[in-house]
Amino acid sequence: MSEQVELKVNGTSVVVSSGATVAVAIALAGAACRKSVSGELRGPLCGMGICFECRAAFNGRLYCRTCQVLCRPGMEINTDAQRTVNKGPIPRCW
Amino acid sequence: MLVIGAGPAGLAAAACAAECGVMVAMVDDNPALGGQIWRGDSGTAWSEAVRWVDRLHAAGVQIFCGTRVFHQPELGKLLAEQVDHLVELSYRKLIVATGARELFLPFPSWTLANVMGAGGLQALVKSGLPIARKRVLVAGSGPLLLAVAAYLRQCGAEISVICEQASRSLARFGLALLLQPGKMRQGFFLRKQLSGIPYLADCWPVAARGHKALEEVVISQGFNIGTKTRTISCDYLACGFHLVPNTELAQLLRCTLRNGLVQTDALQRTSVPEIFCAGEPTGVGGLELALVEGQIAGLAAGGRSDSAQLLFAARKKMRSFARALDRTFALHRELRRMPRPETIVCRCEDVAYSRLAQHRSWRAAKLQTRCGMGPCQGRVCGPATHFLFDWSPDSVRPPIFPTRFENLSALAFKAKRNPAK
Repeated sequence: MSEQVELKVNGTSVVVSSGATVAVAIALAGAACRKSVSGELRGPLCGMGICFECRAAFNGRLYCRTCQVLCRPGMEINTDAQRTVNKGPIPRCW
Repeated sequence: MLVIGAGPAGLAAAACAAECGVMVAMVDDNPALGGQIWRGDSGTAWSEAVRWVDRLHAAGVQIFCGTRVFHQPELGKLLAEQVDHLVELSYRKLIVATGARELFLPFPSWTLANVMGAGGLQALVKSGLPIARKRVLVAGSGPLLLAVAAYLRQCGAEISVICEQASRSLARFGLALLLQPGKMRQGFFLRKQLSGIPYLADCWPVAARGHKALEEVVISQGFNIGTKTRTISCDYLACGFHLVPNTELAQLLRCTLRNGLVQTDALQRTSVPEIFCAGEPTGVGGLELALVEGQIAGLAAGGRSDSAQLLFAARKKMRSFARALDRTFALHRELRRMPRPETIVCRCEDVAYSRLAQHRSWRAAKLQTRCGMGPCQGRVCGPATHFLFDWSPDSVRPPIFPTRFENLSALAFKAKRNPAK
């Protein structure tokens, strides 16, 4: 875990050690992962891809479980919580 | 042969079967091998994880990480999804080693950021979350709490207290069981690592508090909630009430379950021909039991039932140990009173306790409130409502995980082109 990876979370640059997951990068950026259907800000719960609380968009792919995705250089992460502010409400997918 | 799940049971099964000369492929949802217990360890510390992974490579097992199985369109064929691809997998024999998840029980404001599972926080720390000098309260039940507390402390966290819901005498008995030399391999280290951390029995969180993220936790000790409470400030709450087996895939494959556990015979064969099951889905029993069951399943699937039989005695011993632990850490009925009327139980659909309490079954609650119909598909609130209301989630239907529309539509397109299939 010695090498560093730089990526962007909601447009802000974040540096993590290599091997870190996107959920960790989001936490380091001080962002919440998603906004719940009643508007609560949420972050990871299970850390193992079961609960879907840590979902966010990376490189334009929506609703990814960020605890299961490793950070890569130049990745662009957009949290759902951020999207709500910028682009109106999240469409209901489920 | 296909092995689903690359935790200890899956690794042992795949290695043993491949060494019998079977062509084996292994699939796991996580980015690396090792499952949850060996997360982040396959390249470093735990020599045992490394040993199994080495055996796997030496035996030529094909490995697909970051691959999540969601459907069986026909017997012998599974569909899985990767970040960018749809994967079709064919098998003659299948070993289900899907492990377990934590049991999460709702209490006021448990949806706040930085309130996580015990294993959940450990997984994030193993995935790079800095925890040094952070104040962590560990709560819930079972042996996992001790392992998590020890690990986090080793990473520099300040563990304020460990709250175990089991009663004092039982928890002591459980601890004695766990820490006896040779029982848990890390028993000795655990004892040393945990020195000085208060271990409170009969104790559970009654509320989390904080503005945007967790700031403090109110814990209650004793039998009547609200009588003896304490407020402890902390940065993280790591809270899990032991484990629930992941049986969704086994259910999809129509394996027989009893009391929520996949039923297997002496050779780890399920009720469905050529499908085996090993590890937590057959009964939560921890690392050693998973390794033994995995080896038995792998050997049996590889046609070496004689070698598999040599492991029966070890499995029997470990299962009785697991049952003793289960009895020790059985959940206190009082925990059913943790949620307040406004406490969210289903986190995907934000369904509060009071709305669920009006219904008599899981199905009724689903239809009326959307409880369990979000992306986790009831993996979190299903076991919680089973404990709170005695409800049992019913059928499992494909896709067993949310799947990208492009992948489903690609399938539909293919079906249209080959109507005969």
